[in-house]
Amino acid sequence: MSRAIRFVPLAILLLFVAIVAWRLAIPDDTKIRSRMTGQPVPAFALAPATHGVQGLSSPDLATGQPHLVNVFASWCVPCIAEAPLLMELKRNGVAIDAVAVRDKPADVAEFLGRHGNPFQRIGSDPESMVQIALGSSGVPESFIVDGKGIIRYQHMGPIESGDIPALLREWEKAR
Amino acid sequence: MIAEAGLAALWLAAALAALQLALACGLGGGQGRAVGTIRAVAVGQGILTALAFAMLVALFLRSDMSVLLVAENSHSQKPWLYKFAGAWGNHEGSMLLWVMVLAIAGAILALFERRLDERTLGASLGAQAALALGFFAFLLAASNPFERLNPAPIDGRGLNPLLQDPGLAFHPPTLYLGYVGLSVAFSVAVGGLIRREVTPAIARAMRPWVLAAWVMLTLGITAGSYWAYYELGWGGWWFWDPVENASLMPWLAATALLHSVNVLAARGGLRAWTMMLALVAFSMSMVGTFLVRSGILTSVHAFAVDPTRGTFILALLTLYIGGALVLLAMRIADVKEGAPFQVVSREGGLVVNNLLLSVILGVVFLGTLYPLIAEAMLGVKLSVGPPYFNSVAGPIALGLAGLLLIGPQLRWRRDSAPILPRLAPGLLAAIVALVASLIVAPGIGLLPRLGLTLGAGLVPASVMPLFGRSLRRTPLAVWGMVLAHLGVAVAILGMASDSAFTKEQLTAARPGDTVAVGPWLVEFRQVMPAAGPNWTALEAELRASRGSGVIILKPQSRFFPDPPTTTNEAAIDTSWNGQLYAVLGEQDEQGRWQLRLWWKPFVTLIWLGGILIALGGALALVGRLLRERSQRRRVEEAFE
Repeated sequence: MSRAIRFVPLAILLLFVAIVAWRLAIPDDTKIRSRMTGQPVPAFALAPATHGVQGLSSPDLATGQPHLVNVFASWCVPCIAEAPLLMELKRNGVAIDAVAVRDKPADVAEFLGRHGNPFQRIGSDPESMVQIALGSSGVPESFIVDGKGIIRYQHMGPIESGDIPALLREWEKAR
Repeated sequence: MIAEAGLAALWLAAALAALQLALACGLGGGQGRAVGTIRAVAVGQGILTALAFAMLVALFLRSDMSVLLVAENSHSQKPWLYKFAGAWGNHEGSMLLWVMVLAIAGAILALFERRLDERTLGASLGAQAALALGFFAFLLAASNPFERLNPAPIDGRGLNPLLQDPGLAFHPPTLYLGYVGLSVAFSVAVGGLIRREVTPAIARAMRPWVLAAWVMLTLGITAGSYWAYYELGWGGWWFWDPVENASLMPWLAATALLHSVNVLAARGGLRAWTMMLALVAFSMSMVGTFLVRSGILTSVHAFAVDPTRGTFILALLTLYIGGALVLLAMRIADVKEGAPFQVVSREGGLVVNNLLLSVILGVVFLGTLYPLIAEAMLGVKLSVGPPYFNSVAGPIALGLAGLLLIGPQLRWRRDSAPILPRLAPGLLAAIVALVASLIVAPGIGLLPRLGLTLGAGLVPASVMPLFGRSLRRTPLAVWGMVLAHLGVAVAILGMASDSAFTKEQLTAARPGDTVAVGPWLVEFRQVMPAAGPNWTALEAELRASRGSGVIILKPQSRFFPDPPTTTNEAAIDTSWNGQLYAVLGEQDEQGRWQLRLWWKPFVTLIWLGGILIALGGALALVGRLLRERSQRRRVEEAFE
């Protein structure tokens, strides 16, 4: 057997070790980010999600001022945990709009009654059409849209207290 | 107290492993004299590790929530079987189980091995101790299963509901017995290479371990496949998931080793190759353990990702596999090859068998790691799925099945007698099956058709080695081979039938609706609530009829409150010619229920084949051990 062949198994091992060590050093980012970041908000018009609120359409998001668009649902448990943090963002001067996904007016009203209403406008998205158009991976999820209606930042999953500073920074950048 | 005693036993066992390694390296007097001590130390190490594991099981059975591991993975309201299984349904416990099997295997080797000379056995036990020492260090430094929790919670977090299944009680231990049983083949190969004693005696010492490990891996994979089939509710039996591949790769290497070890034991051939396979087989076990435990590959088996632990296991496996492969490269020139053989011979057939199995192993290894390779080198994110594995590994596996028509009929060394008469039964059955499939089912795919053809041919071909023998004098090992090969035929028939003839129906149905699937008419009667010890469920009642036969199926959608999870419990009716498989999905806004129905003709043959293969292996193992014992007795009597 030639000398080189003896070392083939060893070479395969080293290649294996190099590649998995690389992965251990740089953990995989398993989040699939929206391709819409940096793009204008797709055109849509949603009816009000419940009585006494205004619906949401894409022109509402290009008013010269930035908006935070929160994709939520009354049936979503993490959204309950997120609700007080949205109130805190509102107190910090963040204008928040919402898309209520696959929801019923009565349930939305009950959710707002129980957990507070930080939203200026709430559009009802019964078939998840707008949620999908935004490139949202689930509920809850938040997008920061700048004054020209361009999506600048995507926050996946519920907003937690540690996320507030980053969100406020992105908010300032979008102004 | 129990937790502290367990931890103490673990530390003592680690100390004994260090002592065992030191003695084997020649410290404490000449190696020849120390072997008696090494044996005793190995037995002590095995007993202490078993004790530590018993302590952990006791903690789980008592629901001692002051132990972190119990609190995180158990629940006082859980049925006792799952408390018991919970001991290894988590990272720390499963690693302790791993080390326990390793240490006990070393103890058994030390107690019963009589085929190896003393010094080779000493070197092998040294290698086994080196393996154990690394994994003890891993447990004690990075995965202490006995860590306390203060204050202790009342109830604990529970076990993932998907894992609350009788299958879990046996699936991981069975696989681990297989994984770690291969460690002995590894250690014996290392011992033989260190001592430059690559002889048939090495192969004979290795063989029962390879057989036993292979039987366990076969059972573990078969059980895991059936578990995924009925528990995940996808109707499939193999998903080429990285964790499945992690168990398939050692199995492929062990299957190749099983065949080549026979060539070395019987004919003295394939020495260097067999040693390499012995190293590769356990290396694949370690790679598999690493892939599963580091969570490095995206998998349905979503174990926690922990870079520290991953790094630790990676360092261990680099050290062990790298060291062994360097040793192999250094000693391979000294390995003498045994008796030569011609291409058309049993040896020739087994060489082709080994090559094909190695190619399949390479294909699975590459496919499993390719997403990582692609991202590291090309910066592309991709996943490799069934289309690759089925279309690349499938044809090679069928080539292997084709070889199985011929190989077992060949004689050792050279075979110049006419072969065709011996092949005739298999070929005939294959041709009949091919023609029948062309007439009955002209539309099925090429791979399933080839599977049906070869599977049918293999049924008589696998029994052929019994032909012309006196059945009473046929050694048990030959019966084992026949049974295992018959199992391969049965499994191939099941796989081919499943992919060729399965009928699927996905519908949204209201109570009262009737759905047709295959030969069955399924009436959706109602949905009722149901409850179990730690879950509540919605249960559908389905009335399925075929001809005059009527059965009731009750698939469930189960909700477990702690942790909150929903699982689908498929309802499966098994009849002689297949399974009717029903899954209840969610209810839509119009009040219709998602209902998924499959009719899977002869699908059960897949697992029946797996069990036959394992039984064949067990029979061969028992046969070999009995025969060796009677031979030893005869030798002893001759000396008296």
